[in-house]
Amino acid sequence: MNTSIIAAGKDLQWKDSLTTESSLVRRLLIAAAFLYLTLFLFVPLVAIFSEALKHGLSGYIESFFNEDALAAIRLTLLVAAVAVPLNAVFGVAAAWAIAKFEFVGKQALITLIDMPLAVSPVIAGLIYVLLFGAQGWLGTWLAEHDIKIIFALPGIVLATIFVTVPFVARELIPLMQSQGREEEEAAITLGASGWQMFRRVTLPNIKWSLLYGVILCNARAMGEFGAVSVVSGHIRGLTNTMPLHVEILYNEYNAVSAFAVASLLTLLAIVTLSAKVLIERKTASPDRLKSRR
Amino acid sequence: MSIQVEHVTKRFGTFTVLDDVTLRVEAGELVALLGPSGCGKTTLLRILAGLERPDQGRIFLHGAEVTDQRITERRVGFVFQHYALFRHMTVAENVAFGLTVQPRAQRPSATRIQEKVRELLTLVQLQAMADRYPSQLSGGQRQRVALARALAVEPKLLLLDEPFGALDAKVRKELRRWLRRLHDELHITGILVTHDQEEALEAADRVVVMHQGHVEQIGTPDDVYEHPASPFVYQFLGDVNVFHGRTVQERTLADIPPLPEVDSVVSADVMDEHEVTFVRPHDLEVNRSRTNPSQLEATVRYVLTAGSRVRLELTAEDSGQTIEVELTKERYRELNLREGEVVFVHPRHRQVFKIPQS
Repeated sequence: MNTSIIAAGKDLQWKDSLTTESSLVRRLLIAAAFLYLTLFLFVPLVAIFSEALKHGLSGYIESFFNEDALAAIRLTLLVAAVAVPLNAVFGVAAAWAIAKFEFVGKQALITLIDMPLAVSPVIAGLIYVLLFGAQGWLGTWLAEHDIKIIFALPGIVLATIFVTVPFVARELIPLMQSQGREEEEAAITLGASGWQMFRRVTLPNIKWSLLYGVILCNARAMGEFGAVSVVSGHIRGLTNTMPLHVEILYNEYNAVSAFAVASLLTLLAIVTLSAKVLIERKTASPDRLKSRR
Repeated sequence: MSIQVEHVTKRFGTFTVLDDVTLRVEAGELVALLGPSGCGKTTLLRILAGLERPDQGRIFLHGAEVTDQRITERRVGFVFQHYALFRHMTVAENVAFGLTVQPRAQRPSATRIQEKVRELLTLVQLQAMADRYPSQLSGGQRQRVALARALAVEPKLLLLDEPFGALDAKVRKELRRWLRRLHDELHITGILVTHDQEEALEAADRVVVMHQGHVEQIGTPDDVYEHPASPFVYQFLGDVNVFHGRTVQERTLADIPPLPEVDSVVSADVMDEHEVTFVRPHDLEVNRSRTNPSQLEATVRYVLTAGSRVRLELTAEDSGQTIEVELTKERYRELNLREGEVVFVHPRHRQVFKIPQS
């Protein structure tokens, strides 16, 4: 019996060495990965919080309780509150159309959805300045009708929507494609209306991916700098979002306040990532969780 | 509910899936649409359900035209090949779905729905599984849930799209017998799409054999098996040996062997038609010595003894054609054949189709 155990052990070792690198190489690779991440991600993260708390907790809290900072936070939340639901609705609609129907221009639609990921955000902002700016195509008409888009809230919302378009749709398309149409067809043959089918069959099947897409979309909407910077005009208390406010404070050598506001955005990122991990766990083993319920 | 399909044509792009199909199913019948994949049987079923719209032709359910009627108004039950159960709902919720989406005025009370679900789960023998999720069930159980779900809305017509296609052979056999019994109890008009000839012949009252968008033959299982109307039906329903030859004008010899060479030797006076002779493997008589001049000489290549019957693979001496023969175990023992031995073969039954020379 002993010999068989030894033989099995040897067997295992032998297989191990065949399919993986030697332990030295493995350890080196893991160490390199950790070192890299520590240097480029963890240290800056710690730096943000240590700089923000340099003058103690009171200095940290004070950074938020001034008009400009509160206005920036309010504006960021407002922009996200408009852009995220719009992109969620558009993302579901686009993913549904792409995954479940055949139509002319489908490939073009997929490419268009991906475009914001390929285009630099600054360009995205510039597009809107070119369109709606004082010297832009529609500039005169807008000025005549007293509609302000550039250097105002609408411009910021538009630029944010542009850069966050892909997140929900891209999350849903592969899932909906793999799920196919049969369940929806079954619902229809059982007498469900289009809306009943969507609410009771389509939506429950995609809810976790949808939530994941919305979380990513929200993180990007709140954190967007480049596109918003071009269209905002940096008017304090009016068109400054949180990322822009951080830049202004930093340029004024107000490091503590800059890092304090930055830490708020960082916290948002951490919450987003935690939510993502939770959702991933849920989607990875739906059956196990369901049976536990 | 009777079904009438009149001159239905359906194209996907340039490909014609259904070409002028006409068909009638009587109320209470269970009819099988049988054919190889791509013959249009599933498309026809989906057109009946209202999931597809025909390009031409009309559909009548119980005498009333429904060609342009919406799927929800047709009251048909549809069972999908891959079950299509709602994965986020329990078995009971799945079965109740059709009832809970009814307009409030028609919807039964919650307790009545529960009762009904229990009845249906008893009918499909899955009472114990009510709180499980579809992913926790076996394939056969899932398909029974799908059937209970379809039956919950009391459809006038039950459409089954290869319902047992994804199951293993044993479960498939069990379920199709169970389906047949269920049909006899409920007297619901049913259409079963399948590519499995055994399934069609065993479960259905009538079989519709389809090929390349056409109906090849409609008849009882006995009819289509014993009297195939076309070479395709003959080949599709069971194994067959095919012999090519040309028609001899005077067919006075009752026992012309199914061999082109012999045929042409008998008479040089041939018509301009191609002749194809079909013989089922079990309709071939095998002898060790020549008892009849028209027997075909062949060499035994393989002997397969597994199963209830013995299968022989022979090679015809003159044409080199492979011939399949099925023997009873008794006959095989009597002959005591070895691979490599020479035998003489003769058909007990055969069917000849004449195909115009192209």
